[in-house]
Amino acid sequence: MKNKYSIFSLIKNAFSQHENWKQAWGDPEPKREYEAIIIGGGGHGLATAYYLAKKHNMRNIAVLEKGWIGGGNTGRNTTIIRSNYLWDASAGLYDHALKIWENLSQELNYNIMFSQRGVMNLAHNLQDVRDLKRRTHANRLNGIDAVWLNTNQVKEFCPIINTSPDIRYPVLGGTLQRRAGTARHDAVAWGYARGADEMGVDIIQNCEVKGIKRNGDQVEGVETSKGFIKTKKIGVVAAGHSSVIANMAGLKLPLESKPLQALVSEPVKPIIDTVVMSNAVHAYVSQSDKGELVIGAGTDAYISYTQRGSHDVVEGTLKAILELYPIFSRMKMLRQWGGIVDICPDASPIISKTNIKGLYFNCGWGTGGFKATPGSGDLFAHTIANDEPHKLNAAFNLNRFVSGDLVDEHGAAAVAH
Amino acid sequence: MFLINCPYCGERDQSEFSCGGEAHIVRPKQPTELSDNQWAEYLFMRKNIKGVQFERWNHAHGCRKWFNMVRDTSNDKIHAVYKMGEKPPVE
Repeated sequence: MKNKYSIFSLIKNAFSQHENWKQAWGDPEPKREYEAIIIGGGGHGLATAYYLAKKHNMRNIAVLEKGWIGGGNTGRNTTIIRSNYLWDASAGLYDHALKIWENLSQELNYNIMFSQRGVMNLAHNLQDVRDLKRRTHANRLNGIDAVWLNTNQVKEFCPIINTSPDIRYPVLGGTLQRRAGTARHDAVAWGYARGADEMGVDIIQNCEVKGIKRNGDQVEGVETSKGFIKTKKIGVVAAGHSSVIANMAGLKLPLESKPLQALVSEPVKPIIDTVVMSNAVHAYVSQSDKGELVIGAGTDAYISYTQRGSHDVVEGTLKAILELYPIFSRMKMLRQWGGIVDICPDASPIISKTNIKGLYFNCGWGTGGFKATPGSGDLFAHTIANDEPHKLNAAFNLNRFVSGDLVDEHGAAAVAH
Repeated sequence: MFLINCPYCGERDQSEFSCGGEAHIVRPKQPTELSDNQWAEYLFMRKNIKGVQFERWNHAHGCRKWFNMVRDTSNDKIHAVYKMGEKPPVE
């Protein structure tokens, strides 16, 4: 690596007041033609470019980002990483990602602050208990670590949870995946950008795609705010705006885009050292390294591309948080934001070819795409390079909406969608 | 979050309503004649427009009647509300 980060480079740069660090990725003007173009410079798009260059030796490629890299949902999620999904196809997909996460800081030579602090999912009624126990068994058959905790074990693992039987939705138990946890979201985008840039990938920011040029069934290039760029392969990783790009190519997708909200509190001393998610009352909470509580709320129940979301959704989530964690009652919330998520009818993603040659889509991650970033990039790169899906993403093709072979993760994924 | 002018009840908070998605998708007249592709198109494929979109809404916590709405999804601004069966307004 031409500019390796290490304790020695840190000490060396300390002597010059950290003013001589080199830019981690360039700011090139687009070339006239690329071997492949990735639309969307979020975590998934940058990871796709990184693996295309690294594993498939495609170096003459570009990532086009309409804003700045990592400024969309990569910078707007609650950074939760887990792989405790019910169905075999999902377990394979998400655990593939989790395995890459475990060594990603070393691989990228960039500290993504991956923290395996565990993710606990709570059960509040008898059906939750049955569903979560079933999922625990399914996870273990797929080689994914999962344990069932009773109410006392939940209290022991996270003492600030109110486990009184008198609350509206009492805690009847929960599941725990110890390998799960969180990572620093911005660092993931930046680490992949630096790695891809080093291998010759052009990362072009402030470059919005305005149209897709087709010649019959084959793509020929993209119209952008920086002019026309020729290419034979386009990988679309545009999250909430996937349908907008699809419409440019004359394609319809089974997606609906909705605002998903999150919020953070004022920073406080360490109080919760794990991630706790509750499906039934819709409240997720963890604590960032800065000390803020990171709280995930729900989606608005209508299509919208406004990156804000409704107040009543936040109110509902905070009610649930306060009942489960009375200790947080006097905390102030500092910031709230929304990201546009593209939701599939079966709550599973699409990593697929289309019936247009050279046009590939990686979308439909809905409310839970961050956790899959490295695996999604790896499998999408494989799909683009070989024009064939990898066996781990074969089930996540676009044709499943025609064949009926859906991967229904509604509820089964341990979280409300 | 916004106010919706229900054609039966007048202006109410959006949280009283539920959104039924894209409007004017006609149920196939001969379901048995449909190919898998046509079923997929009817059941799953959506325009998901960023901009002016026609959609169905239900006043779930009010009169419980369905109606149509023209809304800009890029800023949540409502352009028109009209009853089921009425002709959609031309922009």
